[in-house]
Amino acid sequence: MGAKTLYAKLWDEHVVHLDENGTALLYIDRQLVHEVTSPQAFEGLRLAGRRPWRVAANLAVPDHNVPTRDLAAGITDPVSKIQVETLDSNCAEFGITEFRMSDPRQGVVHVIGPEQGFTLPGTTVVCGDSHTSTHGAFGALAFGIGTSEVEHVLATQCLIQRKSKTLLISIDGQVGPGVTAKDIVLAIIGEIGTAGGTGSVIEFAGDAIRALSMEGRMTVCNMAIEAGARAGLIGVDEKTVEYLRGRPYAPTGELFEQGAAHWRTLVSDADAHFDRVVRMDAAKIQPQVTWGTSPEMVVPIGGAVPDPQDEQDPVRAEGIRRALDYMGLEPGTAIRDIRPDKVFIGSCTNSRIEDLRAAAEVVKGRKVADGIQLALVVPGSGLVKAQAESEGLDRIFTEAGFEWREPGCSMCLAMNADRLEPGERCASTSNRNFEGRQGQGGRTHLVSPAMAAAAAVTGHFVDVREL
Amino acid sequence: MEPFQNFTGIVAPLDRSNVDTDAIIPKQFLKSIARTGFGPYLFDELRYLDHGEPGMDCTHRPLNPTFVLNDPRYANAQILLARENFGCGSSREHAPWAIADFGLRVIIAPSFADIFHNNCFKNGLLPIVLAPTIVDDLFARAGGPQALRVEVDLSGQVLVLDDGTRIAFEVEAGNKERLLKGLDDIGVTLEQAEAIRAYEERRRREAPWLFVAPPPGLGV
Repeated sequence: MGAKTLYAKLWDEHVVHLDENGTALLYIDRQLVHEVTSPQAFEGLRLAGRRPWRVAANLAVPDHNVPTRDLAAGITDPVSKIQVETLDSNCAEFGITEFRMSDPRQGVVHVIGPEQGFTLPGTTVVCGDSHTSTHGAFGALAFGIGTSEVEHVLATQCLIQRKSKTLLISIDGQVGPGVTAKDIVLAIIGEIGTAGGTGSVIEFAGDAIRALSMEGRMTVCNMAIEAGARAGLIGVDEKTVEYLRGRPYAPTGELFEQGAAHWRTLVSDADAHFDRVVRMDAAKIQPQVTWGTSPEMVVPIGGAVPDPQDEQDPVRAEGIRRALDYMGLEPGTAIRDIRPDKVFIGSCTNSRIEDLRAAAEVVKGRKVADGIQLALVVPGSGLVKAQAESEGLDRIFTEAGFEWREPGCSMCLAMNADRLEPGERCASTSNRNFEGRQGQGGRTHLVSPAMAAAAAVTGHFVDVREL
Repeated sequence: MEPFQNFTGIVAPLDRSNVDTDAIIPKQFLKSIARTGFGPYLFDELRYLDHGEPGMDCTHRPLNPTFVLNDPRYANAQILLARENFGCGSSREHAPWAIADFGLRVIIAPSFADIFHNNCFKNGLLPIVLAPTIVDDLFARAGGPQALRVEVDLSGQVLVLDDGTRIAFEVEAGNKERLLKGLDDIGVTLEQAEAIRAYEERRRREAPWLFVAPPPGLGV
């Protein structure tokens, strides 16, 4: 046997059947389910008279539609309410475990999977949500699927897949202080583009990735999809194993040790071949801010909004022009001179406890600036919220003028009441700055939690290292 | 799913790259628990001048006159011509549902985002990848005063333009068969039920930690 990539190891372990047309039937170990992309899948099962193949392989949670305040009042939007209630009734009917809105473990689907130890190294993990790539931080092959495939996994525990290409992105050396996982992944997307990973699974490696905590690694893998990749992966090390020890859904005792012994083999072999390799110097990565309507439209904090006239490719130049028009920005504007109206700290990218700690550290002893109309902190789960409150982080935020909310996807995609109004500008720790993403006409600038906090207390984007 | 039939249709050119699934169908329409009825809201924020909400009657909404699908030349278009990385972003299958519900059956682009590309084949839509230079040429032709009509021959894997030009395209064998036969994927996979069971039994022995019961006192 030749040297194998981590991806090849995961793939080979899950092939049930190879078809002569080159596709494989791939076994799926874990499926996370949420209210937006599952109702039609359950309906399909019902119409065909099918039952889930393995009920225990699924874990469900409502997150996209849930309100982040006045939970006692329930969901006031009747359409959202039906969708969440439909998840409740589908899970009850088919016997699938669900953390309902009232459950303290409820939260953003990609936060609770790892938090519960439901995500394990060496597994295949799917969810009807593109940010399923998050779970690749554990050396799991994790990817987003459509609703037809959600139904397919429910009914068969398998998916028809074709093997992807492999892209190794190595971040060599160490990042400087104040530079976070979010800055690393935004810099990567700036480098390879939003289609840079299309058709590929990206493995993130190098000293700077090794140095990240599991939460930081989740942030990096979360945005692999924003680089066009189906999945992101990071090899297993002791941090991975220790993170999982004692988690509710993780194995215990001897079974845990047996699992861990296998998990430690889940790294790419030293001389494994990748279809493409990209190397970046960690020391050159600065805190990042997006200026446009695609995550690849990103510059370091010291930079400026680009000029479409400097772009040779006419389609790209037109893209820049359209983005600047939508964002209400002039070419050449210094990023530091951009003033957000709102600040959002949350989402499956950046709502874990370390994210909240990083933001709180910046906020502590300061006040939200006058020009900021709303600064929101939305923890990733009920357990993250409880942890933050036990550390007093909620007080730091509320005393500074932030609103401290209940967990959910919230203003990342604005399916609940938290949204931008037309023309409003937001410093956001989420993952997409597409037109209308945070509300029709809303203008999103993607940043790390520390950078969002810094923008909140100064009223404009600022290098968090200079505060 | 209905089998895909060859047809001749009008090409609507959507000249922007990185069209994301949020643009194809905005989030407020994702609250529906149905698979149908998304067509009137396809490209809602680009297509209409007002703000759309689910359940809205779209027949009297103000149309954005500069949006391609509102151009009379492209009325009843069945083929969408797009730029690179079409369908990026969210995995929402509501995007291909909306496109199919609108009446489009083929999308041509230099590249597609993976999940969207996959979702198309589950819904009778044919995404066709063509070289950027060919796409440029099609944009030039489709943007003229007369709409471009193209014959789509999936079985022969060829597009025939109205002047007779033939453009061959690639499509994965499994996906082609799925479209041409209108196959139910789940039914096909369940033919492998024994192999799936055998795999599970082996995994239970080799990797028992994957099959531990959910924690006691929690769950359903």
